[in-house]
Amino acid sequence: MSAGLVILAIVLIATIGFFLGRSRAISQAGGDPRELHSLPAYYGQTVFLFAAVPALLVTIAWLLLQSTFVDTRVTGMINDADIAEGSSRALVMGDVRRIANGLNVAIERDALTEEQIETMRADETDVRAVLGGVGVALGSSVQQSVFEASKEFRQITSTLRNAMAVIAISLSLIGGAFALSRIHPEFRARNISETAVKALLLLCSGVAVLTTIGIIASLVFESAHFFKLHPASNFFFNSTWNPQFRGGSDLGILPLLWGTLYVSFIALIFAVPIGLLVAIYLSEYATKRVRSIVKPAVEILAGIPTIVYGLFALITVGPMLRDYFAQPLGLGTSSSSVLTAGLVMGVMLIPFVSSLSDDVINSVPQAMRDGSYGLGATQSETVKQIILPAALPGIVGAILLAASRAIGETMIVVMGAGAAAKLSLNPFEAMTTITVKIVSQLTGDTEFASPETLVAFALGLSLFVITLGLNVLALYIVRKYREQYE
Amino acid sequence: MYDAPNLGDAVDQKETKITARGVQVYYGDTHAIKDVDVDIEAKAVTAFIGPSGCGKSTFLRCLNRMNDTIDVCRVEGDILIDGEDIYDKRVDPVQLRAKVGMVFQKPNPFPKSIYDNIAYGPRIHGLARNKADLDEIVEKSLRRGAIWDEVKDRLNEPGTGLSGGQQQRLCIARAIATEPEVLLMDEPCSALDPIATAQVEELIDELHHRYSVVIVTHSMQQAARVSQRTAFFHLGNLVEFGDTSQIFTNPKDERTESYITGRIG
Amino acid sequence: MTDATSSSPASKPSTSLMTIDARTKKRNAAEKRFRSYGVAAIVVAMLALVGLMTSIISSGAPSFKQTFITLDVYMDPARLDKDGSGDRDKIAKVSTFGYAPLIEAAIQKAVDGNNITLAEGLSVKKAADLVSKEGPAEMRRTVLADTSVIGETLTFQFLASGRIDGYYKGRVTMETAELDGNISPEQLMLADDFKKAGIVETKFNWGFLTRADASENRPEAAGLGVAILGSLYMMIVVLCLTLPIGVAASIYLEEFAPKNWITDLVEVNISNLAAVPSIVFGILGLAIFINFAGLPQSAPIVGGLVLTLMTLPTIIIATRASLKAVPPSIRDAALGVGASKMQAVFHHVLPLAAPGILTGTIIGLAQALGETAPLLLIGMVAFVREYPGAPPEGFFDPAAALPVQVYNWTQRADPAFVERASGAIIVLLVFLLVMNAVAIILRRRFERRW
Repeated sequence: MSAGLVILAIVLIATIGFFLGRSRAISQAGGDPRELHSLPAYYGQTVFLFAAVPALLVTIAWLLLQSTFVDTRVTGMINDADIAEGSSRALVMGDVRRIANGLNVAIERDALTEEQIETMRADETDVRAVLGGVGVALGSSVQQSVFEASKEFRQITSTLRNAMAVIAISLSLIGGAFALSRIHPEFRARNISETAVKALLLLCSGVAVLTTIGIIASLVFESAHFFKLHPASNFFFNSTWNPQFRGGSDLGILPLLWGTLYVSFIALIFAVPIGLLVAIYLSEYATKRVRSIVKPAVEILAGIPTIVYGLFALITVGPMLRDYFAQPLGLGTSSSSVLTAGLVMGVMLIPFVSSLSDDVINSVPQAMRDGSYGLGATQSETVKQIILPAALPGIVGAILLAASRAIGETMIVVMGAGAAAKLSLNPFEAMTTITVKIVSQLTGDTEFASPETLVAFALGLSLFVITLGLNVLALYIVRKYREQYE
Repeated sequence: MYDAPNLGDAVDQKETKITARGVQVYYGDTHAIKDVDVDIEAKAVTAFIGPSGCGKSTFLRCLNRMNDTIDVCRVEGDILIDGEDIYDKRVDPVQLRAKVGMVFQKPNPFPKSIYDNIAYGPRIHGLARNKADLDEIVEKSLRRGAIWDEVKDRLNEPGTGLSGGQQQRLCIARAIATEPEVLLMDEPCSALDPIATAQVEELIDELHHRYSVVIVTHSMQQAARVSQRTAFFHLGNLVEFGDTSQIFTNPKDERTESYITGRIG
Repeated sequence: MTDATSSSPASKPSTSLMTIDARTKKRNAAEKRFRSYGVAAIVVAMLALVGLMTSIISSGAPSFKQTFITLDVYMDPARLDKDGSGDRDKIAKVSTFGYAPLIEAAIQKAVDGNNITLAEGLSVKKAADLVSKEGPAEMRRTVLADTSVIGETLTFQFLASGRIDGYYKGRVTMETAELDGNISPEQLMLADDFKKAGIVETKFNWGFLTRADASENRPEAAGLGVAILGSLYMMIVVLCLTLPIGVAASIYLEEFAPKNWITDLVEVNISNLAAVPSIVFGILGLAIFINFAGLPQSAPIVGGLVLTLMTLPTIIIATRASLKAVPPSIRDAALGVGASKMQAVFHHVLPLAAPGILTGTIIGLAQALGETAPLLLIGMVAFVREYPGAPPEGFFDPAAALPVQVYNWTQRADPAFVERASGAIIVLLVFLLVMNAVAIILRRRFERRW
């Protein structure tokens, strides 16, 4: 029984429970709903909740834990000798899953029967060809121990699936029956159903917290894994980045950090003055007409996905900078460069800076402006000497948030900055960033358990810590600033 | 209850500082001020009274063109200061506002030090040649604002740290620092407690020896206490304008009488 | 107040308002300068927007046009069904290479039939390269779908090869063809002859929207079908998860949460989550959904889950704002007639906040639709030629996604793929435009002022 079917069955049972509960409540009250403590629907809802929630929770937890459980049971069955050179147990486990899946497909298409599978041996039958016949492609021929593991995998998985179906559905039935048995006119169905709904709401708001925990746990866990394989001192202090296929790589974060900061710096140099001036002009000078045109245009800029900016960097800005600046000045021949990525990222950040600054500038009370105009100050004097100093903390917060955005930005640098890890000052040279290397290390062909792949998690952790620090600081400053004028 | 206002020195000069003729103000489609004529005397306190929404503050803000900062506001008619039309194309509102200072309803010190609050006006208008000059202006203004003794030891502390009454006197001192000839005050005491109000009123009484003061107030007692001349506004119209003593003791218009006796307002 | 009585009037001489003094002139100049900085900043921002748009549209627009070659092909039984048995399995053994000679024959016939002379040094085999490598594959599919067509003459509208297509879009010229190993000027001239004869024509390219991705050397066949479907599946997952979870979380935080440190923590957590770099969510997806929970790589379900977690903060923030905008008097009124707090929220507050929530959700979805970085990490970069199945199983099939497809194409050598990538961006932007327009219309239509 597939998971989808189980969930459907649970929902069905719960729905039937809803109607049973409602009619039972009405009949208990002698057909007069006024005799009941709550509206009849609430009795139905109570039954529904009792039938659905525990069963669904068990199903979801089961689905999440099942594969890990099966893996630990099966993985030991694979002979070490059957793990090919350059491969790993984890990769072979992938094959196991694929074979087990292929066997299921074969049965569905009547290419094999359960009995045939039971007696089939990989050293006698060409499993690869059989599965190929039903459209499941395997990378290499199948070893006997791997095939046995696959059969076992299939076996355990289907047993567990069935067990899950039985347990979940009976849990649903028991829950529903229990709730039904409790129904009587004084039963406070509304309170119970509302408490349950409230608990559900609470659970949902916990998703955000769970996400954070998930992020931190996965980053920390895999980074710890990495630091076991690779010395931390090399990661943090080595100034070369040179991953090798066969171990002995230099995986120093410094050149990546330098590239990240350099690109972000250029982006901010470009975006902060322009964004700030746009915000000032729009909030202090612009007529309604101008604002009604420029504001949506700036918002369009904010709504454009970063991949579009990346492509812009790749096909327009990069070649332009190379042909008109870098090559004539003899500063470089690469179209992807720090300056390319920085400028395009700057454009991306303009609306971000301007809308945050706009909020901040607008929260400076009008009385400040009046006071200044009343003394005969011009608008620019008021802006420069009264509004900006008053809004400074908020603007600093906005800039920090923009910096955090810039540091964490991926697509623009992947497509605009290049892939060479370098410590250089020349903005026309291609350099690389933390995010670029996270992408390239995790989408490459190296096996998952190698330090060359795992380094991505350490890079991710560094990125997370840096951006989190900036965000927390920025939010704190902005919050303090808001309080000042509230 | 109504102390006879100190008419002494205002009466013998009788020089007109501001002349308004046929002033109309529109906010978008709303006709906020309807055909107002008024003459404001130099070196006297003129009070604008009337129920809220009657246009007295709007009219006040026309006198230094503060209404320019509001997009939808339109002013018609003539307002002359010393015989010069302040809505003339050649007039720079910046220069005008240096000459016609303003104090607002809520004390609005800038989030800067007390010193910088006062020095802001002189700095932007270039009134001081050097630091010593500026120090002198700041001290003089604070003295005239009757707050020097309270703040002289903490000029570098933020102006927002003062009490409400002190803040308002600081704002008055700030307005004085640009050496204006006219001071406009828009309900300067409405956010203050009675003691602070008394101090500010005393200050206003001092100020009229040196400046033409126009004060908008919703408190009739305050108008009676501080002003020599009073104008009563109602629904955008200037209903009655005359010596304060006359308005309060012998109003000519029955709307004025109703307001003063508390029947409308 | 000591000097109040002392000196005479203001020490400054009273000047006329009609003459503007030197200092004021200087200040007004500074004012003008500052103002022009603001204008300049706006001009720069607008220029960037215009530059971005024109660059993408001008380089992407040609991808919506495609050159086709219409040929009558004789499905030669001697090639396709040597022993004449009509056995489908045997016919299936003929690879696409076996179909190439049929095209050559058809080209020969077209040349003869239109009195075209092949340029010197241009073999029929080379001439047949005008047709995309996808051509034989297309014929093979037709034959395998219905073996009875063998022996007949069918009219095929083949895709022209990428270079020929590029020639009619100005990407390839006679000069570049001289230097290009994949195309010769003679072939281009033949294409021109064919064009005059009406065999070669350029028209709207529906295939761009419906076809699957194609391999490195046949850009002309690459389409967005799988990517659009994959993105659609992901959006369905995101919508089905973020909307209920986001709304539920917002209701709890806004209406029920007690004011204590836990609530504070959750709030700080949500606002921080909104600012976490998107790529970190990709790492989360890889570690939790793929490595830990064992979900398949490249599957829309994983992409959808990752994007859900990413959009959740946005939707929670938007929903809370619209719940907050419902005045407390509404809640008081409901409570006043004896509704429970839950009833007050679900019967009154939520329906009033619904337009705002919907707008926020659409904007969140639009954000998710354009997101690329996290999808790269969960294997959406894989080369996927097969359309995913129908939901719900289809959620677990490998698929591509629009923005990732763009990235994928930019990584390929042939410049024809850059054109495709820009075209894909246009499609993506059109989707975003529509979503945002819907959001704006909703906001306009249901905007309520209290």
